[in-house]
Amino acid sequence: MELTTIWFLVIAFLWVGYFVLEGFDFGVGALLPVLARNDRERRVMINTIGPVWDGNEVWLLVAGGATFAAFPEWYATLFSGFYLPLLLILLALIVRGLAFEYRHKRPEDSWKRNWDLAIIVGSVVPAVLWGVAFANIVAGVPIDADFEFTGSIFTLLNPYGLLGGVTMLLLCVTHGAMFVALKTDGEIRHRARLLAVRVGAVTFVVAGGFWTWTQTAHGSLASAPVLVAAALALLGALLAAASGREGWAFTGTFAAIGLMMVGLFTALFPDVMPSSTDPAYSLTVTNAAATQYTLRIMTWVAVAFTPIVLGYQAWSYWVFRRRLTVEHISADAPAR
Amino acid sequence: MEVLDLARLQFGITTVYHFLFVPITIGLSALVATFETLWLRRKDPAYLRLTKFFGKLFLINFAIGVVTGIVQEFQFGMNWSDYSRFVGDVFGAPLAIEGLLAFFLESTFLGLWIFGWDRLPRAVHAACMWLVHIGTLFSAYFILAANSWMQNPVGHTYNPETGRAELTDFAAVLFNPVQLVAFPHVVAACYMTGGAFVLGVSGWLYLRNRHSDDDRALYRKGLRIGAAVTLLAGIGVAITGDVQGKVMTEVQPMKMAAAEGLYETAEECAPFSILTIGSLDGTEERFSITIPCLLSYLGTGSFDGQVEGINDLRERYVAEYGQDPGQTYYSPGDFTPNIPVTYWTFRLMIGLGLLAAGVSALLLWVTRGGRMPRRRGWGVVALSVPVVTVLASSFGWIFTEMGRQPWVVYGLMTTEHGVSPSVSVTEAAISLITLTGLYAVLAIVEIGLLAKFIRAGADPFVEPPDPTHPDHDDDAPLVFAY
Ligand code: HDD
Ligand code: HEM
Ligand code: HEM
Repeated sequence: MELTTIWFLVIAFLWVGYFVLEGFDFGVGALLPVLARNDRERRVMINTIGPVWDGNEVWLLVAGGATFAAFPEWYATLFSGFYLPLLLILLALIVRGLAFEYRHKRPEDSWKRNWDLAIIVGSVVPAVLWGVAFANIVAGVPIDADFEFTGSIFTLLNPYGLLGGVTMLLLCVTHGAMFVALKTDGEIRHRARLLAVRVGAVTFVVAGGFWTWTQTAHGSLASAPVLVAAALALLGALLAAASGREGWAFTGTFAAIGLMMVGLFTALFPDVMPSSTDPAYSLTVTNAAATQYTLRIMTWVAVAFTPIVLGYQAWSYWVFRRRLTVEHISADAPAR
Repeated sequence: MEVLDLARLQFGITTVYHFLFVPITIGLSALVATFETLWLRRKDPAYLRLTKFFGKLFLINFAIGVVTGIVQEFQFGMNWSDYSRFVGDVFGAPLAIEGLLAFFLESTFLGLWIFGWDRLPRAVHAACMWLVHIGTLFSAYFILAANSWMQNPVGHTYNPETGRAELTDFAAVLFNPVQLVAFPHVVAACYMTGGAFVLGVSGWLYLRNRHSDDDRALYRKGLRIGAAVTLLAGIGVAITGDVQGKVMTEVQPMKMAAAEGLYETAEECAPFSILTIGSLDGTEERFSITIPCLLSYLGTGSFDGQVEGINDLRERYVAEYGQDPGQTYYSPGDFTPNIPVTYWTFRLMIGLGLLAAGVSALLLWVTRGGRMPRRRGWGVVALSVPVVTVLASSFGWIFTEMGRQPWVVYGLMTTEHGVSPSVSVTEAAISLITLTGLYAVLAIVEIGLLAKFIRAGADPFVEPPDPTHPDHDDDAPLVFAY
């Protein structure tokens, strides 16, 4: 296989990892005002993702860094082109990351409320905007002969892009609800499972629409079975949740998001950013790529270190495998 | 203002801001890990209290370090897309490797450390903080390799067909002579800052002098350990900085000449000026206090070495690179960086660093052999040391980066050619304003939190749970919860 193809797969893998992992912590954040009835329950929810959310976010940083290294033109066009959405994502991720760490540092209600808001907005905004961004990448955006993006933020806010955004948000919310059901016990667990099934049903309809649109307008022979599999995984997740099998349910949403991303990347290949101005200006795995030498070095590094990273990340999930309940969060815990 | 100006301003502000927190993260992670290890070894409760106390302050700092770092990662593509296209083949690799090797390590093991008190055996728990520290060192190594390449581009060829710099020798990039001196210098500066942080906080609490004997002993430990680290690291910074000056004179002679405001080549025994009153533009007579021959020594390692002046260098550059890269906001043109900025930041870096090391030595002296100075003013003196070291680091970066101007990649690409062509002034302005506005608010929040927890002091000793113990209750409330 060509090195450029391998690196396309690596980048796809990194984005898949990002969305299946950060997907549930976005969902948990978005559901904070919905699932939790009081401060202790909110803390239960936040603590389910407390030890892992930062590690999840690093998948994004590595996806960005790997794109820079392996496809510099792609990185340059994408990040300078989608300027304002990315700025919004950055602002959201800043306040969200701080909120986890700072929310419990002061006892005042107003302090907590503000940081709760930061968690909610900081989770919803990136989920939606990443969805919009990926839909537009697949659909193609105006790019000129110099590989410069010539549209504006309004170019990205087209119906297909917006549907992609809503789909991503709903998938994250369902995924997050499944995660809370899997990682907590007591009332909140049951509430989460119920909600997961209800939101999941809506998600199934909306995502089904997005996937069908994707396949008919931009799909390939190879992307069809992947997107169908994503739909089946989501359906399976809902059935499992309805019958109380939380482990399978979470696996199902995990697979659905992962397969959707695989489907989008399959539809994209061999382009990385198609131009809607003229197909000749599209960025492809070939014309956007770094040199063979750089790709070879990066391959060695990735082969050597990715298994180690996956190993210790998995270990950390194992260490924190126990379900949390309100009893684990002492009500009079000092603010620190 | 043009996009270029806005993008430069944004890069400077956000990077210096990021680097306010970075040295504390790097230095303090080592110190917290040391405290925890000392507790395991010596069973002295004071060390556990120090671990928890500084651990808490560390986390407040780390959080901002992380979120401001994300901005840095995105910013190359957003504001500097032509730069990214030009250098991506070389520059992207260390950045990606940093993420894979360093950020995963830091974030995962920090999560384990924060929430693992009742989940992990004690030695494993302490090892987690050591791994976080190793992660920060990896991070520093790879990002500095990227930065050193911008100072001294090695291991690449220019490909006229693709119009970009292409990697030919990755080892050369990783072991760039600039990198080999910059990494120890920066890491020493980080240890200095971490030590100063512990010194400042403990010293302030110690010298406030209204504590139990236990507390006094605890803060005294912190003060003396912190001061010793600051002093030793300060010596390390001076030694590595001295070597760095020689490498810099070799690879970027203009930067050294600008640092001194040296217009005419000094054939031998160039003096080093401590301060200058009057203009620095080389036209007027000026008043200045100088140390004879020191610049020759700093730049070449011998007291009678020749140091090239700006005027000669300018001619040489114009001959070598042809056209003048032009007047830009920070650079008056003619391949010359902004002289007053380089001159003063270089002196402030060195001066403030020496000041911090000197004050640490003084604090060690006045607290020697169980002594405790009575005056409360000493507490403020102690608290000022971390501020001074953080400022020294900032000036170091401003010097290094502005001294490289007008180049973004030295000798290869000027800064004005690196900016994103597709970004509008409005977009760049929105980005600059929202980021700096948010950063200002965050600075207030962070300082408020630090002040609150520093004032509260270290918590009383509580034996942490031992999950390897047979009686350990696996379902007890969390020791730490967000
Ligand atoms: C000498 C050290 C050093 C320097 C010059 C920089 N950083 Fe940094 N960075 C760190 C040392 C560090 C660190 C010690 O590893 C941090 C600081 C706080 C933290 O949490 O990790 C970090 C955090 C951090 C993060 C967040 C990681 C996470 O989520 O865990 C990113 C994405 C970056 N940095 C990226 C950058 C970029 C693109 C820089 C160049 C402009 C940069 N940093 C300069
Ligand atoms: C954290 C430490 C750093 C600090 C404090 C710092 C500081 C600065 C400052 C003050 C500027 C503005 C200079 C000017 O516009 O004249 C600047 C510019 C820049 N620096 Fe750094 N820098 C740091 C690290 C890095 C690293 C590690 C890189 C690359 C990996 C880098 C790349 C750049 C770029 C691309 C610019 C913009 C072009 C320019 O205006 O010079 N910097 N930096
Ligand atoms: C005797 C004292 C010192 C000397 C001789 C010295 C020398 C230098 C030199 C020559 C550079 C520029 C390297 C280049 O651009 O190629 C530099 C950069 C820098 N210095 Fe110092 N320095 C000293 C003290 C300090 C102190 C006390 C700190 C902070 C606590 C510090 C932090 C930095 C930083 C962060 C940089 C930018 C990164 C780099 O290029 O290494 N320095 N120093």
